[in-house]
Amino acid sequence: MKSALDDERISVLRQRLVRMHFESGVGHIGGNLSCLDALALLFNEYLQEDDRFVLSKGHSAGALYVALWSVGKISETDLATFHQDNTLLAGHPPANSIEEILFATGSLGHGLSLAAGTALARRFKSSGGHTYCLTSDGEWQEGSTWEALIFAAHHRLANLTILIDHNGLQGFGSTAEVASMFPLHQRLQGFDIYIQVIPGHDLASIRAALDAPADRPRVILLNTIKGKGVSFMENRMEWHYLPLKDADYQQALRELSGE
Amino acid sequence: MRQQLCDALVKRAALPQMMFLTGDLGFMALEPLSAALGNRFINAGVAEQNMVSVAAAMAREGMDVWVYSIAPFCYARPFEQIRNDVTFHALPVRLIGNGGGYGYGVMGPTHHAIEDYGVLLTLPGMRVYIPVFDQDIAAVIDRVGATDQPAYIRLGRGEAPPGFTPPEYAGWRQLVDGQGPPVIAVGPLAGTYIRAIASLPQATRPSLWAISELPLAANPPPDELIERIASRGQVCVAEEHVAQGSFASSLAMYMLQNGVFARMVHLHARAHHYAKYGSQAYLRAQSGLDPESLLRALSVG
Repeated sequence: MKSALDDERISVLRQRLVRMHFESGVGHIGGNLSCLDALALLFNEYLQEDDRFVLSKGHSAGALYVALWSVGKISETDLATFHQDNTLLAGHPPANSIEEILFATGSLGHGLSLAAGTALARRFKSSGGHTYCLTSDGEWQEGSTWEALIFAAHHRLANLTILIDHNGLQGFGSTAEVASMFPLHQRLQGFDIYIQVIPGHDLASIRAALDAPADRPRVILLNTIKGKGVSFMENRMEWHYLPLKDADYQQALRELSGE
Repeated sequence: MRQQLCDALVKRAALPQMMFLTGDLGFMALEPLSAALGNRFINAGVAEQNMVSVAAAMAREGMDVWVYSIAPFCYARPFEQIRNDVTFHALPVRLIGNGGGYGYGVMGPTHHAIEDYGVLLTLPGMRVYIPVFDQDIAAVIDRVGATDQPAYIRLGRGEAPPGFTPPEYAGWRQLVDGQGPPVIAVGPLAGTYIRAIASLPQATRPSLWAISELPLAANPPPDELIERIASRGQVCVAEEHVAQGSFASSLAMYMLQNGVFARMVHLHARAHHYAKYGSQAYLRAQSGLDPESLLRALSVG
């Protein structure tokens, strides 16, 4: 069920994501909307059998589930159970239940190490394929994320791509207010990695970045908008947490469907 | 035990999927292993959190993964990585912590590991191995290597008295026979008691047992030992570990669950923070874990 994505299809996935969060009454929607384009593109156009993906920003599990649903790896029935009792689909990616979800994440600062270890193991095994990891921007405040970057660069893991959802907002403030590393790409540039900074909601730009050859770890910094596509959520920190009320949901659907 | 560890792992190095990661430790000990493994020997640097997550991912990819550091750096710093990345996924990552207990005694409290197996045994599927003698290491590596579960090996220093021939490795071993109430010691500490206990009159001396594998659910006490505890009405447990999360507490639970009622004397590590520091032997004595303290505890008991 994989197929090329376009903005119209992304909009459908956004609506499905918002509906899922509304029906479940849970938050974390803002950071899901900011990374959905890249996630959906990866699963629909890039990831093959030999490839691996690690969602380091586990609080964007909703976007991951919708991306997996879009390629038929999660059923509509299961998606409807998101965040409910007896669900496979917890608020953060679960362990040992969905083949494409390699690791239970949600505690920030683990995923890049897991991706680096996966990439190195696959290089040792001559397994081919590529490993992708999506981190948040706030997650770069975790020391272990830098440990992982040092490791990936030292081992020159050319089979590793690190995507950063750079929406500029974290749990209790903006990244600039909390612990500024702005501009983040300049902080990263001292490492022996290949960095690209792109608009994170532009499918053509994401494709071009993913297609660019690299002989070392590749970092794609996605400049994104938290709450992308819903006017009252965009760039608003509170939508890191808030659940949608009925009126919010109706308005969000109208905006996302272009009505 | 590091020499024996290196020898055992060098033998395993022929496995093409074997990977060994060290947190920048092993100087003057692991060079032969590095030579045997080539680029599959990875010095992951002073970055234990990353090292453990990398190890988990490699195990997920089917590699045979061993992780090495000084004991506290092996489990305390990267505890969440062990919990989330290794044990939540039941991955066979083998953690090797050198200098368990007060092994790095005079190096100070940051280097002590006296709550290691208590902490780790709270995690799902975790197995702990505490070899007693240098001669145990080859068997422990074989046994751990054959399991598909997370494992922690607490390495110490073999302390068998001169002239003593260790029995073949097993999770439980009786080291000295006697008719008195049993003494159970965890890991290398057991070796330090052999001479003192063997010197007691046979009719009254305790039997000395060593345990090397935890949890008890995977390595239950032998029937003979349980019968002796029940019939003598007392057991003494000695371990270089704090009382919280100790082997003694799990043995007490086991006994109660199985209707074995006996008095327990517990000798255990007292603290990381003494007023003064010294060797492992010094810190054991401070905790009442040295052979003289054991004999005193038995005579009072």
